[in-house]
Amino acid sequence: MSNKLNSAAVKKAQWKFHGGLKLAGHKTQSMQSSIANTIVPEILTVPLQQHIGRPAKPVVNVGDKVLKGQCIATLKDPASVTATIHAPSSGEVIAIEAHAIPSMDKQTANCIIIKTDGEDRWLQSLKSVDDPTSLSSDTLKQIIVEAGIVGLGGAGFPTHLKLTVENKPLDTLIINAAECEPYITCDAMLIKEQADKIIKGVQIILHALNIKQCLIGIEDDKPQASKALQQALSTAGIKTIQIVQVPTRYPAGGEKQLIQVLTGKEVPLNKLPRDMGMVCHNIATVYAIAEAIMEGKPLIERVVTITGSSLQQAGNMRVLIGTSMHDVLDKYGYKENNDQTIIMGGPMMGFHLDSADYPIIKTTNCILIQKKTKPKTALPCIRCGECARVCPANLLPQQLYWYTRAKDLDRVQDYQIFSCIECGCCDYVCPSHIPLVQFYRYAKTEIWTQEADKKKSDHARERHEYRQFRLERKKAEDAERKAKKKALLNKKQGIKTTEQDTKKAAIEAALNRVKARQSVQAAIAKNTDELTEEQQKKIDEIEQRRKNKLNTDKDN
Amino acid sequence: MDNTAPNSVTRIMLNVLYALVPGIIAYVIFFGWGVVINIIIAVITAIVTEVLMLQLRKRPIKPFIMDGSAVVTAVLLALALPNLAPWWLIFIGVSFAIIIGKHLYGGLGYNPFNPAMIGYALLLISFPLQMTVWLQPDNTLSFMQSLNYALFSTLNNIDIDAMTMATTLDTVKTQSGLGESFAAIQTSAPAIFGQFAGKGWEWINLAFLFGGLWLLYRRVISWQIPVAFLGSIFIMALLFYPSTGTTPLYHLFGGATMLCAFFIATDPVTASPTPNGRLIYAAGIGIFAYVIRMWGGYPDGIAFGVLLMNMAAPTIDYYTRPKAFGENV
Repeated sequence: MSNKLNSAAVKKAQWKFHGGLKLAGHKTQSMQSSIANTIVPEILTVPLQQHIGRPAKPVVNVGDKVLKGQCIATLKDPASVTATIHAPSSGEVIAIEAHAIPSMDKQTANCIIIKTDGEDRWLQSLKSVDDPTSLSSDTLKQIIVEAGIVGLGGAGFPTHLKLTVENKPLDTLIINAAECEPYITCDAMLIKEQADKIIKGVQIILHALNIKQCLIGIEDDKPQASKALQQALSTAGIKTIQIVQVPTRYPAGGEKQLIQVLTGKEVPLNKLPRDMGMVCHNIATVYAIAEAIMEGKPLIERVVTITGSSLQQAGNMRVLIGTSMHDVLDKYGYKENNDQTIIMGGPMMGFHLDSADYPIIKTTNCILIQKKTKPKTALPCIRCGECARVCPANLLPQQLYWYTRAKDLDRVQDYQIFSCIECGCCDYVCPSHIPLVQFYRYAKTEIWTQEADKKKSDHARERHEYRQFRLERKKAEDAERKAKKKALLNKKQGIKTTEQDTKKAAIEAALNRVKARQSVQAAIAKNTDELTEEQQKKIDEIEQRRKNKLNTDKDN
Repeated sequence: MDNTAPNSVTRIMLNVLYALVPGIIAYVIFFGWGVVINIIIAVITAIVTEVLMLQLRKRPIKPFIMDGSAVVTAVLLALALPNLAPWWLIFIGVSFAIIIGKHLYGGLGYNPFNPAMIGYALLLISFPLQMTVWLQPDNTLSFMQSLNYALFSTLNNIDIDAMTMATTLDTVKTQSGLGESFAAIQTSAPAIFGQFAGKGWEWINLAFLFGGLWLLYRRVISWQIPVAFLGSIFIMALLFYPSTGTTPLYHLFGGATMLCAFFIATDPVTASPTPNGRLIYAAGIGIFAYVIRMWGGYPDGIAFGVLLMNMAAPTIDYYTRPKAFGENV
């Protein structure tokens, strides 16, 4: 036994990332008891969009009976940025309508509302696979697409998009088990209880992507979880997977920060881990993958931490997607009152909700109930530089703040605002209590809006120019036809003409003018260079639509 | 040390004030109560003008008074003034610092120049006579006598000239300007030289150094400014040691060197906020301070060094932006 344990020894991380904070963990209170089982609430409110990308389209109608695990919304194109949605329990679709969804800016979105029948009856055709390595990587990916798996760490990026092998071969799989935000323990508890299945999930990803090496990054304040993983590795006798303990320092779980701590490599600006031969998955996502492949279960539930200073009990619970937060909080003795506030996510990156009338979605890792604190008066920035000292992206937050206030968006981009991961470290240390991240979000949205407006006007101008071109072409063609007729007539009459050549030259000139204008436009520098993967995807989609439209225009 | 406790402007300012205490005690031991009277008059002036300005600018009074920045400005200016200063000198300096140096630029956080140094520079230019009346060390003035002088500009039966003299820095500059060697100046005026720098001043500087190190330990200030400032003074003193005869120790522990290194140049609002920018900024102050101190027309060059580098700070910021994550790979 001890030999085996040695072979899967836990390594300590050798590298560091810039800045960050040592925060009080507040994790023990929610780790006292094991993960509680799901409840089946009377009503499930399942949003059509719980992920980054396009919302899924309902494939059921109001009045339809649905079974647990049945696909209720999807998009046909499996490669697009979207995720399939399944019925979390059996029952009847009673409405498809807009409902408030948990989000930073109080959005509403279309939701499929299911009245459960209490039977919790599974779809019969659950396919389970014993040996995932017998499946091809395409098959595995297809199952993951159909299971509607998205990144469960918080961002909700569709997982299948990170399972595609592209030209550049991948050499390292990084599993993010850092769970660096205070209070949140859902990943740690899941590891403690399901380490074996998680390791299977890791093997599936390694197989699907044909990667030989895997690093699991876990913060060193979770000794039980890393021990569980270590045990699972030893029992299975796996040596390609290495557990690495990283110092507990927020935000060690940031993707680029974790990669730096684990490998010493800095993901270059505007690049993705993939460009460096790495791909990163959250550990809860890995578990979901294992469940989907080996048991045929789509993503219809997740583990949620319910905790906070003003809750009598705290713990982790498996929750069906679409369960109202009320139903969950009731189990933990939550009583609504005006002195407390509900946060989805952790205290650093989570957002405040005005009530518990929101469904649990795929990215809900934590519901945190905290006492309301009086917002502190923001004083002017005294440029003390604390924010720069703690910034994990090595930015100058106070300069970003000044330029955002001055609405100097070009300068804001010079100072690399799009490298900001909105971790909130600067907010936390600011002696003037300035809500800095809010300013950065504002600046980013403002820049995106301007980009979109510019795209729109570019589009309009292009269309206008194309129309001009078409009119000119038509004119030229008409003239040509006329000239031909005339020439024919003249030929008959024995008179030759050079008019045809003149017309041709005119067409040529018009074409050249348009081409020149287009190339000038292409040469104009765009400030869309620092977009994240999701933004780029979105823009690509818009671009594609525009092209299609342009083509249909041309065809007309 | 790490950031587990929430920070606040008040905490920063209070820490700065605490860290000044050892220096103030050393000052009192060597030069008597004059500096305490300076501080009292300065703080009262600062609070009154701050409240007045906040009211005129229709700003909430409580949070801005509680931030403590006005008091810090007042204390720093009081420490820089001669220890035998009439009340109106302090009043003019502090109110100018608060009204013109701070509020007319937009108040806390918006002033491009260090307010205390703006006040100091104004006084030095306008009242050169009063600004150079310094008590000699180990004088026998009581608190009441000092207060009497501050309020009525008289010492009753005491001959003021017998108790005051040019400072060490001033004497060295004047005498060496006349061609005397540093060693000769030291022997001719033993009353103003101590073990390794100006008498009294060397201990006051040591005490400020001690307070400053505590601020570093508390992470209220960052290391770049004191290190670059003291480093540049040291290098300048070393470079010019052969021609001036003044030792690096004499410069490091003379005049307001340590006060500037840890308390004045470190004013975050007017300094450069980038790590490399801070190095350049503080090294610049050190060079200016040395040059003016040795060859300029004023007793110490720190105030002008600070103000000159304040002007350069925005430009320094722009060229010293650190590379963002992933930018230099």
